[in-house]
Amino acid sequence: MLFSGGKDSTFACYRAMEKDTVACLITLISENEDSYMFHTPNIRRTGLQAEAMGFSLLSWPTGGQKEEELEDLKAAIAAAAELYGIDGIVTGAIESVYQAARMQRICLDLDLWCFNPLWQINQVDYLRLLLSEGFKIIISGVFAYPFNESWVGATLTEEMIQKLEQLQKKYKINPSGEGGELETFVLDGPLFKKRIEILKASRTYENYRGHFLIEDVRLVDK
Amino acid sequence: MILLLDLCYEKDSLSKYEFVFPIADTMRKTGARFETLHFTEIAEDKLGKYDKIILCGTALKDNTYADRIEMFSWLKRYDMPVLGICAGMQVISAVFSGHIVPQSAIGLERLEIVAETQLLGKPRQIEGYHLHNYGVTLPEGFLVVAGTTKVVEAFRHRDRPIYGIIFHPEVRNRWILERFAEL
Repeated sequence: MLFSGGKDSTFACYRAMEKDTVACLITLISENEDSYMFHTPNIRRTGLQAEAMGFSLLSWPTGGQKEEELEDLKAAIAAAAELYGIDGIVTGAIESVYQAARMQRICLDLDLWCFNPLWQINQVDYLRLLLSEGFKIIISGVFAYPFNESWVGATLTEEMIQKLEQLQKKYKINPSGEGGELETFVLDGPLFKKRIEILKASRTYENYRGHFLIEDVRLVDK
Repeated sequence: MILLLDLCYEKDSLSKYEFVFPIADTMRKTGARFETLHFTEIAEDKLGKYDKIILCGTALKDNTYADRIEMFSWLKRYDMPVLGICAGMQVISAVFSGHIVPQSAIGLERLEIVAETQLLGKPRQIEGYHLHNYGVTLPEGFLVVAGTTKVVEAFRHRDRPIYGIIFHPEVRNRWILERFAEL
């Protein structure tokens, strides 16, 4: 499971668990904030999420430059195949033909299956599904107009989904944020054995770019 | 009633979300009534309730359908509109004595519509999302609608409303599915 800690890879993991066995989570730690492929805010917290869900995590560094990133991704997946004997990869890709085609090529090269259980899903329906399934999600970063500071660190709610729906109509943003407009972090969900509680965090925000940096957290029994 | 036929490796597989759900979502938006069945569940005597059938695609590594072509022999006798997408097109080709041949394409590629049909409209270039390791030879009785006889992007039966397209219309070309629903 290619895992960023955000809602898409977490929900894709949830769907994969319903049908198959998830052997491990793979996280690429990018040094590039504007990574082409990999989500970055709070990426180092995926270890805690993996622990909360009871999965092994394979954490792999990448310089985050466009083509090298793909080589790093391939190396990480090859390592997971070697260590865990995986048959395939699951991703949280929704719309991005760029991401999906590259993952497909990597899996083809490594003779692995590639699953994208959120592929082409209606994004607003999907956001509502996340809430109805009991996921607790925060906005861990905003990277585009018209997202103001109030979005940074906010919890995903029905009211927020309605706002995203309006912004989709007005500004053509992807309501799920897959175009890089916003990033999320999952604190709890039906596949979590423990939930994550944020004890300390800070916000940065300037010119429609903001980060919610988680500084201290703990796992809490459910 | 439109039948969406799931060609994935097993009923209710993890691939169904990727290759059947987006087509179901498009049908829902057109207002068309539809049902989904796995290809192993089909019974020829029940096909009369469907006025159109879509054979959906599969994952790149999933060629299970190709080993079970005999399960699709009903296609020869079904005379309502059929659309085969990727794996579905391969099945149509094989059933009508064409061949499934190694031919790989991944990602968005430009393709040329070379013959006017109700489904794809007038000849022009479009972009289609490809995800396949195998293509098809043109079966006897079929015409090339897009691509060439060497790389068949879309075909149509000469006399019957049977179409095959090798790219995935659920990605960026949902208008094709909408048109099919209205045929």
